[in-house]
Amino acid sequence: MEFNNNKAIYLQIAEYVCEQILLGKWKTEDKIPSVREMAVELEVNPNTVMRTYELLQGKNILNNKRGIGFFLADNTIDQVKQYRKTCFIEDELPNLFRNLYLLEIDFDELKSRYQTFVSQNFNA
Amino acid sequence: MRGMMGMKTLTHIRLPLNFFQNNLEIIKQHHTLVYYLTNTVDMININNLNFGYSKHKPLFKNMSMRLSNGHIYGLLGKNGAGKSTLLKNLAGLVYAQSGTLDVMGFNPAKRQPALLEQICFIPEEFYLPSVKIDAYLKANAPFYKKFDHDYFTDLIKEFDIPVEQKLINMSYGQKKKVIIAFGLATQAKLVIMDEPTNGLDIPSKAQFRKIMASAMTDERCIIISTHQVRDLDNLIDTVIMLDENDVALKASVEEITAKLTFKKVKEIDDSIIYAEASLSGYNAVMPNYHQEESKLDMELLFNAILAEKIKFKPLFS
Repeated sequence: MEFNNNKAIYLQIAEYVCEQILLGKWKTEDKIPSVREMAVELEVNPNTVMRTYELLQGKNILNNKRGIGFFLADNTIDQVKQYRKTCFIEDELPNLFRNLYLLEIDFDELKSRYQTFVSQNFNA
Repeated sequence: MRGMMGMKTLTHIRLPLNFFQNNLEIIKQHHTLVYYLTNTVDMININNLNFGYSKHKPLFKNMSMRLSNGHIYGLLGKNGAGKSTLLKNLAGLVYAQSGTLDVMGFNPAKRQPALLEQICFIPEEFYLPSVKIDAYLKANAPFYKKFDHDYFTDLIKEFDIPVEQKLINMSYGQKKKVIIAFGLATQAKLVIMDEPTNGLDIPSKAQFRKIMASAMTDERCIIISTHQVRDLDNLIDTVIMLDENDVALKASVEEITAKLTFKKVKEIDDSIIYAEASLSGYNAVMPNYHQEESKLDMELLFNAILAEKIKFKPLFS
């Protein structure tokens, strides 16, 4: 996995985990990769992955069953969306707003572009 | 379920806070035992270490530091700062002039087998004899009671080492991979590596990172000295930097990024401690006023500490 330089590694791993959940690659009933498996796959310190899993446990996205491992929490998709939404509003939206302002893009144009994008990419 | 509850209470025994102060003498006497019982006593304790290769040129002056298990320490420092020398002190290859070194309850200078079988030392320069791997194993593995032959075979396979070739005829990178595989297969609790990625090709570096991620357990203390911080920066959880005869910084990545922010800025202002010009502005280090969660830039930190040592001292004392 390629990490960027903008954000702490443990948060980038959290995004990766959320992505796996939203894409349905990790399922609720399955045990998710252990801290060690994840550390080996991503070539990072296991303590970093532990920090990620503890963060996501605090956000009710993961459950730690002591001695067995980490699982997805019951309503994990809602929690992931909630968490990702907060991240997006804090990290990415200000930059988007800045460009909208500087380039004088109005909301009508934005709206039509948004709708085109959704229909092209998600067939919605 | 009942069984699990029982286990839970057993692992949650808490000692009173003053337990260690009150029992310091006993702990000193039974250092090793207590270490295994509580897992909280340091694996390495360096106290007022003085060392130099000649009397007139001291390398370490009253250096003190504690290291514990469950971490990968990254040892950084300029050429000649004493990284390799510190590692040699820990492995009992050179002796302190004064001060004490305690490694798992032993003084490494005494070179007792009970300690040496718990140390895996991968030096930067090494010699391997004119024999094949199996002969090398036969001669060396018996010194390590817990040597894991299957694990060694796995690592050799993963590193793609030609087992039929004599060690002396292998390339530097191949030799290095052999001693890394041997060192980890000893199951030693203290793993010391001096520039381990030097000489490794691109795929081997990725394999090395994976192997180290899986080798890091709660029982192990891993110390890696390196100039190639980009090879290893995601593996290291605690940075130790040597400069001017002492430890200039010892802090976990978490602690460093809680106190400092590493980011790109367009212009330099007073809040910035250190900055380097880049294409799109500056890469800067500044106090973390707004609880930002930035990624530690180890090279930038290294240069920042060399340039602005005084400004960092109060932050990490």
